[in-house]
Amino acid sequence: MVDMLLGLPAPLLALLKGAAVILVIFPVAAACSMAERKVCAWIQSRPGPNRAMPPVFAWIPGAVILQRLGVWQLMADGGKFLFKEEPLPDHVNRLYYTLAPVIAMVPALTTVTVVPFGAYVGAGGRIVPLALSSVDVGILAVFAVASLGIYSLILAGWASNSKYPFLGGVRASAQLISYELSMMLAVLPVFLWVNEPGAAGSLSLSRVVEFQSRPGFWGGAWFLFTMPVSAFVFAVALFAETNRQPFDMPESEADLVGGFHTEYGAFKWSLFFVAEYANMIVGSAVFSLLFLGGWNLLPWLPLASLLETLHHLTGSALWLHPLVAGLVSVVILLAKVLLIIFIFMWIRWTVPRFRYDQVMKIGWQKLLPLSIANLIAYALGIAFLQR
Amino acid sequence: MAVIQVQRTPLSLAERTYLPQVMGAMWTTLKHLLGPADTMEYHEQRPAIPPGYRGVPTLVRDPNGREKCVSCQLCEFVCPPKAIRITPGSVPEGAGVDHVEKAPQAFDIDMLRCIYCGLCEEVCPEEAIFLLQQYSMSGYSRAEMVNHKDRLYELGGTLPDRHFKWGVKKAAEERASGHH
Repeated sequence: MVDMLLGLPAPLLALLKGAAVILVIFPVAAACSMAERKVCAWIQSRPGPNRAMPPVFAWIPGAVILQRLGVWQLMADGGKFLFKEEPLPDHVNRLYYTLAPVIAMVPALTTVTVVPFGAYVGAGGRIVPLALSSVDVGILAVFAVASLGIYSLILAGWASNSKYPFLGGVRASAQLISYELSMMLAVLPVFLWVNEPGAAGSLSLSRVVEFQSRPGFWGGAWFLFTMPVSAFVFAVALFAETNRQPFDMPESEADLVGGFHTEYGAFKWSLFFVAEYANMIVGSAVFSLLFLGGWNLLPWLPLASLLETLHHLTGSALWLHPLVAGLVSVVILLAKVLLIIFIFMWIRWTVPRFRYDQVMKIGWQKLLPLSIANLIAYALGIAFLQR
Repeated sequence: MAVIQVQRTPLSLAERTYLPQVMGAMWTTLKHLLGPADTMEYHEQRPAIPPGYRGVPTLVRDPNGREKCVSCQLCEFVCPPKAIRITPGSVPEGAGVDHVEKAPQAFDIDMLRCIYCGLCEEVCPEEAIFLLQQYSMSGYSRAEMVNHKDRLYELGGTLPDRHFKWGVKKAAEERASGHH
């Protein structure tokens, strides 16, 4: 089976792999919207959506649990968004108005291609990352493509031809510019450290994870512990970039009705949201790869050692099989991503939205100097250590 | 002195980073997240209704199973939204209520008009109309939302009587003193 799959022509194989990843990302992003409603409800001491269920399924024992978790509600919502009428307002620019949600989806799903989501132990104990395309520019590609996502917001805001979406679009662009800089500068120390002098330089994300899986006290430490300020600035900028509360200025339903998506409805509207959650998933994946050791279960416990330990404990050689190793690594990374997404939601329902001037002030007057100081300090430190 | 001067202390460095506050808030929300829901899953779970609750107005019978309403129409007159409509009738023979002159032939309360003020209960000289504990009324048509006499008695049932006014009155008449 595996050999037959690998024997397929390369473009077809790439297409299949891409489809497989999209088939995972899309439902997970959709499920996140239900998770958001449930987390919101629990934080507000409510049970959340737990009523919808097709009566046909009532006799299946597990179906009631799905009902309590709102899974049927999610499906009902999805079905509704697919089939309800999509009014096209008269005053919009039809081409760009229709194009904006599509443009939102494209970068959101494109960034997935360069994010490694697992690894297996290949020949000679070498860790081989699992990624759709393991490009060497890694993090640069993520940043470059993820920033394009903001065009959909600007386009939606402009094409809607009404004032609230317009303000939302303007805010989105200003916010992206303000926080992109701090984000980049926060990540630089990580790559300064990873790319030791003498070795071949790389911006690849799997290289960062490899670096966090080295033996020894400093080698096994995650960058979260060695670079807490970088991690903090990156996390805050991530909130701002994905337009999550407390930074959801483009949407800001208190003052902008619905922000950039005020004029949208039905499936186009839900596309914006799936894109937002897909962005969150990719952002969380990048965060956990950079600062949380990627597919290593615990700090100082790299994937290879984990599998060795499991092999010794259970005496089963199954753990050393590349397929199992790959699966374990994907599950570990996915668990980290879901945990970070939960924290996203937790913060969303805890912290009130900043005012727009506060967002700008935090971005330019607090985070940017902090990340620059952090970069200088780490540059000096790394220069001293790796002399 | 109604004005209390409060000295505003400057924020500490930790407070200015905003992080301790966020952490504290997250701790609070975490407790709510893990705690039980404050809401009630209505219609499987019902709230406990305290005595004295002003629910749907009903007609009640006395402990002897007799109709208490004497069709005086005071409630109809006092009802602010004019929700009550009474058609007085004569007392049927042998109903055990020979001492009263009238009984309602029809007694309709339009629940689309009722404002649950309780004035009908307050004004009733016979303690025949009570706002009991039913709080939920629903129907598919306007006609369904009008409670007729039989429905009102069904909702009200029998309530314990503290005075036995009719018994006292009858005993006084039998003593033929003319006063009671």
